[in-house]
Amino acid sequence: MFIRWINKYKKQITFFAGALLILALIANYTGYYEARQFILILATIIAGVPIFIKAYQSARMKAFSIELLVTIAVIGALYIGEYVESSVVTFLFLFGDYLEARTLQKTRSSLKELVDMAPQEATVIRDHGETETIPVEDVAEGDRIIIRSGGKVPVDGSVISGHASINEAAVTGESVPVSKNLNDKLFSGTIVDNGYIEMVAEKVGDDTTFAKIIELVEEAQESKSKTQKFLDRFANYYTPAVVILSVLVYFITNNLHLAITFLVVACPGALVIGAPVSNVAGIGNGAKQGVLVKGGEVMDNFSKVDTLVFDKTGTLTKGKPEVTDIKTFNNYDEAAVLKLVAEAETISEHHLGQTIVKEAVSRNLKLDREPENSEVIKGNGIKAALDGHVLAIGNSKLMKAEDISIPEDVAAYQENREKAGNTAIYAAIDGKIAGIFSIADQIREDAASSLAEMRKNGIKKIVMLTGDNRHTANLVAEQLGIDKVHAELLPEDKVTHVKRLKEEGYTVAMAGDGINDAPAIATADIGLAMGEGGTDVSMETADVVLMADKLSQFSHAYSLSKATIRNMRQNTFIAVGIVFVLLAGVLGGVVNLASGMLIHEASVLAVILNAMRLIRFNRKNGKVQEKDLEVKPA
Amino acid sequence: MRTVKIQLEPLTCPSCIKKIETKLGKMKGVDEAKVMFNSSKVKATFDEDKVSKDEIEETIEKLGYPIVA
Repeated sequence: MFIRWINKYKKQITFFAGALLILALIANYTGYYEARQFILILATIIAGVPIFIKAYQSARMKAFSIELLVTIAVIGALYIGEYVESSVVTFLFLFGDYLEARTLQKTRSSLKELVDMAPQEATVIRDHGETETIPVEDVAEGDRIIIRSGGKVPVDGSVISGHASINEAAVTGESVPVSKNLNDKLFSGTIVDNGYIEMVAEKVGDDTTFAKIIELVEEAQESKSKTQKFLDRFANYYTPAVVILSVLVYFITNNLHLAITFLVVACPGALVIGAPVSNVAGIGNGAKQGVLVKGGEVMDNFSKVDTLVFDKTGTLTKGKPEVTDIKTFNNYDEAAVLKLVAEAETISEHHLGQTIVKEAVSRNLKLDREPENSEVIKGNGIKAALDGHVLAIGNSKLMKAEDISIPEDVAAYQENREKAGNTAIYAAIDGKIAGIFSIADQIREDAASSLAEMRKNGIKKIVMLTGDNRHTANLVAEQLGIDKVHAELLPEDKVTHVKRLKEEGYTVAMAGDGINDAPAIATADIGLAMGEGGTDVSMETADVVLMADKLSQFSHAYSLSKATIRNMRQNTFIAVGIVFVLLAGVLGGVVNLASGMLIHEASVLAVILNAMRLIRFNRKNGKVQEKDLEVKPA
Repeated sequence: MRTVKIQLEPLTCPSCIKKIETKLGKMKGVDEAKVMFNSSKVKATFDEDKVSKDEIEETIEKLGYPIVA
């Protein structure tokens, strides 16, 4: 009971002890020496109680603790009448603890903000149509849920009615709202920006993408980097060494006070905390930007990467073919041709046909007429009758088979479009060519700039591996300035290429999107997966997951890893440096217990504050700095 | 075997990690105890026939680390 009370009011106790110290200082200057001594003893006891309790608790469990050391030191100081020292040490210890807790909270804040985005309740529609608001844990698979404007999507699922624009920042780090309609996937933690939606729950509880992200980030922040492992090993030798040394100091100098000072001051505070805080802040920063970096080791390896390997389709390109151009002939109206062709293609299962239908829908064309006598000619196109017209849509083989003549200029146009990386489809109406549809998978908008940025940040070689044909591959590579292209590959060929690069001594990061890239992703030093809202396979096999499928996130993650490792090195340097300065100071008699404690606490704060800079790290800052560099002539 | 995550009040000293892990690890029936310093959680895997979650929580509290319900 008493212990709980003390723990609860630790902050107040700390500040009360601090106030007493100031009072003692006043008493000192006004000449009330006895009052000063009394106040100092009181401050020691008040600030000492929480420390003594912790020391006792661990001692009872036969565990060694720094509190025990401090308790011994304080009792020693009281015994020899050093009341200033005893009170300052107890106060500084508590105050340091308080500041550490506060600043550590800041380095952990990215994750906490993420956790706070978790939805709390859901409005579920019951059998008889009435709604009920229940805690999110009670939502079961198959439940129908209503989400209104401003509400949070409580679980993962699909839209069953309504439409809305949704802010998916919690999952993807991308705050530009995306529009969701029937059958689109919804993710827990995302917010309905505008609109009204009904969904059916598909993944609940710990299975939602959001829950998995939190879990992954939590685990990642714990997993240790090489620097951290080195520091742990160092601390393993360091702590017993300090104990032995202080015993030696006692026997040599016969000065218990000095020995205790040595022991307390040498406690490896900044040393143990320095590397983890950098990691936590770095991983937290990534998570908020929609980049999941799985642990300190990954950060470490990622920062050393000098070669990037990309899959083409779905990674460098959007992976979703789009209509890039519609050219009409014989005075046909573009919208009219598109409408007719799209209506005919509604029966097609082929992805090119579906792309045309999608284009028509996005242009708000009404596709209300049903095609008759439609026939799919596999690999060539489709034929159909619609609105009194006879349609043939497909490649030149189909046109030939249908006896449709292709004028020379039309054929030339078609060839040009193909050379530009498109699939160009003929549409003939009543036996005459009416138009050419160009369809292409487009390069991601941020691809060129992201690749250039990463090159500036230290990437030496960029390679593209693709199963696609040489022609398209070369076109994409040319536009993005990629060094080497290997086309027409099978998944196992991709693995071979990654292996070969590694053997040549490169540190390789491989980015891909699909299951077919998984073996190559696993083979590379660093595997990146495009999450697209987080498919299970990609989230589990990859070292780094890009939740918003943005290559700019890739670039951000790369510079973030470099910044994190740099930050960790600085912290190690600060920590190790201060320990040696302190120990030398104690042995040289310049540093006493109180000032040693002060410097010790200051070093702990210094490493935490240094790590906090990583929370604010963003790619825009990086860019500005680079521009500054560019201006200066070499 | 059952795995639980126990949320503690924010941990500040990394030295607590070892203290908690060693103590819990020595408990009968506890297979693995891991302190997640940054999220201030203890992840414990234990045999339910030999030890209960309450007993584990009690040990942690006795060590001086209050548990957040």
